[in-house]
Amino acid sequence: MTRYVIVGAGEAGIRAAASLRAAGEREIVVLSAEPIAPYERPPLSKPPDPDRGLLRPIGVDLSGVELRLGCSARAIDRRARTVELATGERIPYDRLLLATGAKQRRLACPGGDRALLLRSSDDARAIHARAEPGARAVIVGAGLIGLELAATLRVRGLEVCVVELAARALGRAVPAELAERLVERHRAEGVLFLFGARLEAVEAGAVRLADGTRLPADLVVAAIGVEPATELAEAADLACANGILVDSSLRTSDPAIFAAGDCAAVDHPRYGRVRFESWRMAGEQGRLAGRTMRGEAGELTALPWFWSDQWDLSLQVVGRCDPQRQAVLRALGSPGLVRFELDPTGGLAAAAALGPAGPVGRAIRLVERLIERGAVVPPSTLADPEADLRPFLRAP
Amino acid sequence: MPWITVCPLDELPRGSVRRFDHGGRTWAVYRTATDELFCTDGLCTHEAVHLADGLLVDYEIECPKHAGVFDIRTGEALRLPPCVDLETWPVRLHDGRIEIEID
Ligand SMILES: Cc1cc2nc3c(=O)[nH]c(=O)nc-3n(C[C@H](O)[C@H](O)[C@H](O)COP(=O)(O)OP(=O)(O)OC[C@H]3O[C@@H](n4cnc5c(N)ncnc54)[C@H](O)[C@@H]3O)c2cc1C
Ligand code: FES
Repeated sequence: MTRYVIVGAGEAGIRAAASLRAAGEREIVVLSAEPIAPYERPPLSKPPDPDRGLLRPIGVDLSGVELRLGCSARAIDRRARTVELATGERIPYDRLLLATGAKQRRLACPGGDRALLLRSSDDARAIHARAEPGARAVIVGAGLIGLELAATLRVRGLEVCVVELAARALGRAVPAELAERLVERHRAEGVLFLFGARLEAVEAGAVRLADGTRLPADLVVAAIGVEPATELAEAADLACANGILVDSSLRTSDPAIFAAGDCAAVDHPRYGRVRFESWRMAGEQGRLAGRTMRGEAGELTALPWFWSDQWDLSLQVVGRCDPQRQAVLRALGSPGLVRFELDPTGGLAAAAALGPAGPVGRAIRLVERLIERGAVVPPSTLADPEADLRPFLRAP
Repeated sequence: MPWITVCPLDELPRGSVRRFDHGGRTWAVYRTATDELFCTDGLCTHEAVHLADGLLVDYEIECPKHAGVFDIRTGEALRLPPCVDLETWPVRLHDGRIEIEID
């Protein structure tokens, strides 16, 4: 029997283990640096569900998988095909999957270490423990996690200010029209935004900006993006460049070693080299790695997709948005909006939608299928809120 | 096993899905574009989101929340994240009304 070792029990590692198990593999070891059972990260930045709380297990049957919690891999010996643990123990593998995820970036300014980060359940707990109603929170970074956390803390009754270096929220991954509506929603709830604001220092009880502004803060959280966890791979001389380099079947430069999830920079057949940082892509890559590690053929064909929930609005994006593309807008309820992006031949390339969860989900699911089929839909039809796009799924 | 009425057939257009609640439980009832009727549990097995808000294409219902996909004929979970299948329930057309059989 082939012996599989998976480093990391996040979405990618767990889905890979489940996929190997479902294929009948029996020797699967999963090493997790975290001491608790595998859990979902997306709930950590959203308001805690009153029934289920913050900590939600990844709902996968792992019976038959050897899950070793609190077990950090320290090094890979590619010659001997072993993984060395922090304890010195060596674990042999025939096939190794690196699913080590990503780490939140720290603030580089003086006092930057005072800012809390949000990646793990411990991080979330530390933030919530300090989130007293009435307290003042400064969130650095108006990305998805920063904005979700802004809403979560505001709901808890904190004064929230989001400080962002760029001129607008959410960067390139989310089209400007949608980002603006989302920021408006936050403002209506009393969240303050400072755009174009450079951080000078994090001090005890305050954040200082380059223009001299001093923002009193009982709680400072840095949400300025992530970096792939590539230390193990780099130390083992696997090719890395903003992620562990893998081909479209998730193989690294060593044929016995694979990588999946936030740590992997994949050669995607549609987009070229990309490192995805989303939950669906981590799961899809994990599942694919489970197949390709067994020697089955397979390529990452899944389209990138992510969602975010803020206030009563749902945001979903499928494909990779690009502000330069020709775009068509469609209204979706009163505050809702879909932006369809077309490639130069008129085919659908990507879409982003903001609004109530059901209509947003339906619109994006449909666009995903239309992109997969290479469908061409007339712009006037895309723009018409009443037009049903499903018939275009059947067109040749 | 009683048959209970969901709605008159003409209240469920072809290619659509509707929610049906009864006795504290909830179902999703489907009428395909080809005019077949199906019924599954109402809530996604991933996070209890109602599938009647989802997109119905042919025999597949896609959950609006995280894009899980189920086959409405068998309840089979076809795509991540759900791993657990839905239950399916018998449906019939009786005197112009859609009925489902529940236990
Ligand atoms: C707060 C938050 C909210 C999010 N919300 C959304 C959302 O709404 N929508 C969305 O699409 N995406 C969201 N994401 C992104 C999504 O959660 C990630 O893309 C996904 O978790 C990546 O999965 P992964 O398995 O690649 O990595 P991870 O989930 O990071 O898991 C990697 C695991 O490997 C472990 N590990 C690392 N090195 C070692 C080692 N040497 N030995 C042993 N174990 C090791 C780590 O401790 C970690 O547990 C969110 C992320 C965060 C942090
Ligand atoms: S709730 Fe249905 S896929 Fe997550």
